[in-house]
Amino acid sequence: MSMINYASREINCKLVYYGPGLGGKTTNLEHVYNKVAPASRGKMISLATETERTLFFDFLPVDLGTIRGFKVKFHLYTVPGQVYYNASRKLILKGVDGVVFVADSQIERMDANIEAMQNLYENMTQHGYDVTKIPFAIQYNKRDLPNAAPIPELQTALNPGWPVTDPSKQRVTPDPYHDSEYLVRQEDGQWVERAPYFEAVALTGEGVFDTLKAISKNVVKTLG
Amino acid sequence: MSGASSWSFREDDSRRIQSILSAFLGESNARTALIVDRTGQMVSTAGETPAFDATAFASLTAADFSANDQLARMLGENEFGALFHQGERESMYLADIARRVILVVLFDNRTTLGLVKLRVKTAVVQLNQVFTDMFNRDGTSAPGVESEFLGEAEDEIDKLFGS
Ligand SMILES: Nc1nc2c(ncn2[C@@H]2O[C@H](COP(=O)(O)OP(=O)(O)OP(=O)(O)O)[C@@H](O)[C@H]2O)c(=O)[nH]1
Ligand SMILES: [Mg+2]
Repeated sequence: MSMINYASREINCKLVYYGPGLGGKTTNLEHVYNKVAPASRGKMISLATETERTLFFDFLPVDLGTIRGFKVKFHLYTVPGQVYYNASRKLILKGVDGVVFVADSQIERMDANIEAMQNLYENMTQHGYDVTKIPFAIQYNKRDLPNAAPIPELQTALNPGWPVTDPSKQRVTPDPYHDSEYLVRQEDGQWVERAPYFEAVALTGEGVFDTLKAISKNVVKTLG
Repeated sequence: MSGASSWSFREDDSRRIQSILSAFLGESNARTALIVDRTGQMVSTAGETPAFDATAFASLTAADFSANDQLARMLGENEFGALFHQGERESMYLADIARRVILVVLFDNRTTLGLVKLRVKTAVVQLNQVFTDMFNRDGTSAPGVESEFLGEAEDEIDKLFGS
């Protein structure tokens, strides 16, 4: 995690929403901003173009309250999804505690999703981070659209899993969010882990808080 | 460490930093000095309490500084050690500390950029020392959170984000 401030007794956790352009990252933050009790959130800052495309980032601080003497805050950021904003996208990952990858479910956006996922891995590596070792969740957004790809197809392309080498993590872990699916299991003799995933319609808010709850709980676990 | 590198900030660190910042404010006639971490979090403030939203200010400062860092590299510079933004009444001066945090000085026409730059040098040297010490001891002496913390935090997350 980034920092525990024992002087002001504050813990700030940085959550970054990553993903292809127009996937719905900013829409996720807007929904959180509109629905969380105003006393529990700060101002939302959006550095955007005139056409509301994210230029640098969106920022929304959310206050969890005081827990065991510490004020706990989540700092929610989005990155600009458009390919040519990579330099600023990479800067925002600095000090990240948890990543939400917002994929655009539309079949036509499959390549853009894959490219953005590869770009996430590259940028994390360049910071010296490993996305498979920090809290990480995938959100399949725009499930309302008729051209949304089926979930198994998206899972195969974007969440194929990574090998689990740490023996202490090599045990069957059911996916708490989907019946008879697994986050960790053996496949062809290999231990494989996948990121938890969520279906969403960010425009109506469906799935937005499920995603945020899951990632923030996983981030809090890393503090213990 | 697989994710972001962690560091902790203790009360004795805070006292050392406060005394450096107060001395600097006294000598330079600047209004406010802030320490912001490069990930966008406010670490410490001294002097007049700013009227603006400090959390938002910290995230913008970090973004501003890191964007300029990249610009410096494109020009073949290792870094711009400092930045200056001039307003009609209010100005700000930003300086790198130990490559991990940023010192932000807010000042108005009660002083001059020249005086701020002159006095900030000592403060930067001292702060570099404090933060380098702090990062070196990383994780060795920091008391963790209590064991009940996790369960209570999860309850609060359910309450805040709906269960
Ligand atoms: N139909 C549908 N449209 C959505 C959904 N979520 C977002 N949108 C729309 O998709 C467009 C892009 O959403 P943004 O939230 O701005 O996307 P972004 O990921 O922040 O895009 P960049 O800032 O360019 O990276 C907007 O017009 C949204 O209203 C959804 O679940 N369903
Ligand atoms: Mg956006």
